[in-house]
Amino acid sequence: MPDHPVTESLLFGRLTWDAIPLHEPILVVTFIGVALGAAAVLGAITYFRLWGYLWREWFTSIDHKKIGIMYVVLGLIMLLRGFADALMMRTQQAIAFGESAGYLPPHHYDQIFTAHGVIMIFFVAMPLVTGLMNYVVPLQIGARDVAFPFLNNFSFWMTVVGAVLVMMSLFVGEFARTGWLAYPPLSGILNSPDVGVDYYIWALQIAGVGTLLSGVNLLVTIVKMRAPGMTMMRMPIFTWTALCTNVLIVVSFPVLTATLALLGLDRYLGTNFFTADGGGNAMMYVNLIWIWGHPEVYILVLPAFGIFSEIVPTFCRKRLFGYASMVYATVVITVLSYLVWLHHFFTMGSGASVNSFFGITTMIISIPTGAKVFNWLFTMFRGRIRFEVPMLWTMGFMVTFVIGGMTGVLLAVPPADFALHNSLFLIAHFHNVIIGGVVFGLFAGITYWFPKAFGYRLDPFWGKWSFWLWLVGFYVAFMPLYVLGLLGVTRRMNHFDDASLQIWFQIAAVGALLIAGGIACFLIQLFVSFKRREALRDHTGDPWGARTLEWSTSSPPPAYNFAFTPRVHDRDAWWQMKQLGYARPQAGFIPIHMPANTWAGIVLAGISMVMGFALIWRMWPLAILSFVAVVAVAIFHTFNYHRDYYVPADDVARCEADRTRLLASHV
Amino acid sequence: MSEYSAPLPGEAGRQFYLTEEHHAKNGTLLGFWVYLMSDCLIFACLFATYGVLGRNYDGGPTGADLFELPLVALNTSLLLLSSITYGFALLQGRKGRVGSLLGWLAITGLLGAGFLGLEIYEFAHLIAEGAGPQRSAFLSSFFTLVGTHGLHVTFGIVWLVVLMVQIRMHGLIVANKRRLMCLSMFWHFLDVVWIGVFTVVYLMGVLP
Amino acid sequence: MSTPATAKNGHDHEEDPLAHASLHGYLLGFALAAILTAIPFFLVMANVFSSSRVTGLVILAIAVVQIVVHVIYFLHVDFQAEGGWNMLSIVFTLVLVVIALSGSIWIMYHLDHNMMPMSPHDMRNMP
Repeated sequence: MPDHPVTESLLFGRLTWDAIPLHEPILVVTFIGVALGAAAVLGAITYFRLWGYLWREWFTSIDHKKIGIMYVVLGLIMLLRGFADALMMRTQQAIAFGESAGYLPPHHYDQIFTAHGVIMIFFVAMPLVTGLMNYVVPLQIGARDVAFPFLNNFSFWMTVVGAVLVMMSLFVGEFARTGWLAYPPLSGILNSPDVGVDYYIWALQIAGVGTLLSGVNLLVTIVKMRAPGMTMMRMPIFTWTALCTNVLIVVSFPVLTATLALLGLDRYLGTNFFTADGGGNAMMYVNLIWIWGHPEVYILVLPAFGIFSEIVPTFCRKRLFGYASMVYATVVITVLSYLVWLHHFFTMGSGASVNSFFGITTMIISIPTGAKVFNWLFTMFRGRIRFEVPMLWTMGFMVTFVIGGMTGVLLAVPPADFALHNSLFLIAHFHNVIIGGVVFGLFAGITYWFPKAFGYRLDPFWGKWSFWLWLVGFYVAFMPLYVLGLLGVTRRMNHFDDASLQIWFQIAAVGALLIAGGIACFLIQLFVSFKRREALRDHTGDPWGARTLEWSTSSPPPAYNFAFTPRVHDRDAWWQMKQLGYARPQAGFIPIHMPANTWAGIVLAGISMVMGFALIWRMWPLAILSFVAVVAVAIFHTFNYHRDYYVPADDVARCEADRTRLLASHV
Repeated sequence: MSEYSAPLPGEAGRQFYLTEEHHAKNGTLLGFWVYLMSDCLIFACLFATYGVLGRNYDGGPTGADLFELPLVALNTSLLLLSSITYGFALLQGRKGRVGSLLGWLAITGLLGAGFLGLEIYEFAHLIAEGAGPQRSAFLSSFFTLVGTHGLHVTFGIVWLVVLMVQIRMHGLIVANKRRLMCLSMFWHFLDVVWIGVFTVVYLMGVLP
Repeated sequence: MSTPATAKNGHDHEEDPLAHASLHGYLLGFALAAILTAIPFFLVMANVFSSSRVTGLVILAIAVVQIVVHVIYFLHVDFQAEGGWNMLSIVFTLVLVVIALSGSIWIMYHLDHNMMPMSPHDMRNMP
């Protein structure tokens, strides 16, 4: 860390030309690549005159379907960045032994593992999960949109701003070197005087606002906007898990906001919350951040469980086994997730009584999850299984997640954790459950719902390749890490002296390459599917023969989702409709009340980005100005009372007639 | 046998859709309530931090040294009064008396401003005698907890003024009534948090 | 006066948002709150109990009661509001708040005791 005195000018704060890392070749090359890529994309959009279309149809859209798609696009783009970080780490750790220092000095390596964690959790997993919930839940409950469509748009753009700030840290200044949770005292102003931790704080605070509002939004949507007849116990399981996930978001993200604010106060105003002197207590940060952190991982995994609960019945052609117990298990997990957080810091020294309590609660929480696995297995038993790509991901999940869960229960034993805490065993465990659970679930869900969103299925050949490379790659990449962890190797190291460990790291690097292949196959799959879309076209709206209401609409659904609000009589509403000979209405359409597009979300988020950047670089005049601007624009927006319009009955009739023709011509 | 493989008896004619326009129930009040719950958790964290760090004086001044309880009692009264004046405003609103509604809202705003003024005076005084937020963990937690509450009150007053303008412009339409209810929840919630503040921070803070 | 247009306007079947307010409720709530505020201030300012611990517990208990008064009389939370969801969400939130507060204090007490070089008692008695 350079020890030069930090100079501040009034207008530019700490921002100087030195902030651009021209001395780091890797970054220069990356920047050139990004700049060229961005120029190509922006140039193409301009050349094809798509800015108006993008602004009208996507950026200002309050349609939950479009916002859901944009979230997924964001998540996939950030996956590439986060995975690049992973490849760099694997490469470094495969070669840096003894004399060889590798190609990444600690200063750079530390930013990479920090960025990898932050990006994967906040800007890959969260957007993907939010995107799928956004897309699917209103359709599953028979609604036309979410409860607060404007807030939905605003939430999306705030998440984008967080991602943009993290990406900017590559090229202007640097990122935090503290690990993805930025513990003080390392993240305090004395030990991290540079802007890295500030980038971290403001990116997460801004994205956090988006996430919290999204939590409120989806929660109210599910409570208030279900179609008539859809009681709570008739909701699809994915909607149940979405409900519990959003409850968790509402009650846990404020803790993150408060904790990062306290860290920010320490850094900006010299307060003494987490300092080593002045009466501060850095352990309080660890305590608070994990009160958020543990529910967070359930926020990630519960929707994945929901996805599997939709996929298994569909591809086993059998009703989900144990619906009620699935619901209870989900609710129990939601509540219990708030009682285990200390297992992330058994070794910090709270003593036997505290450690035992939390060790026991941690073990208890595995039970409802186990119940869910049994339910899926019982659903498969005597079903007629079709091994389509979503089902492959599901089966990969069941094996992989169970292994990961078992290592979790192992770590839940405090004496075992004393040996394994912060070792590579821990790394292997959480990647095991996050990749096996969340990532596999997201790929399963994306493959499952892709035809609904775009009107054609994803190419199964490339899908299967992607799946197998991910599955094998995961085991090759992470099983060696379990071994290394048991051998006592610590995490976050960029160099080792013991050459006998090297073979394990080399195997892990091969695994990472296999996963890279899996990602490449996924991208190829997107491209090939688009080219072959006519052959893969879904004409009926129900390509898989599924059970829930979203499959009753066309693929893609019209903007208004349902010409008439559905009336529900049982679980698996669409399945029942099919069984009882439901006939699509062809006449009697009425005008449909819809929310209108809005510019306010992207504008408010844009100003917030300026404010975040200004605060990071201590550009006080700009920070104050942009803060005032945000408040002013927000107040101005509240004066707009005309935020809706009616879709004329004729338009609805035309749209439905088109679908009738389509269905008839492909019988 | 657990599937709906055959039409259930008596099911023919079941309607699977509504033929009239369906309006989902409005979610604004519930949504705002849920947001308030999240705000509860922010304050819970700040209270937890104060609970843990609140006696870490670092050899500096303590609550007993610094807090002037009569001032706090005055502040508390102002805030409690503002809660009831907001209630009176809503009662006028229910009767459709926009003028009286706006009058009571203005009084609420002034009481809130009075609360803030006293608090700013207190903070300035503390900082001037060297007991600012940087002095110790106790003071950091004090200023942050009480200051965050004060920021919320500030935001509430800004909202109140904006809403008064909007009621002037559009009258007591449904949207404005919902906004009045949301601000009501917000305002009373701030009073609830203040109960915690004056009890835990000020009253318990002066106890030896 | 321009016509309103947030969604679902002319077809609202919801009750008037302002329906819950009642003069009686507000006055009673205010009186109770005033009393429940005056008592703790008096207890502390007049040093009624010799033990800080007892005083602390008593005023905390009174604070809890006053919060309940506020929630009932000012915030109008009951089992009917929003189909029971208001009550459920506030109960759930309070449970989690209690977990977070008591858990943090319990954990930090143990951590401080085991890991910090000085106890608050020692710090207070520093010269």
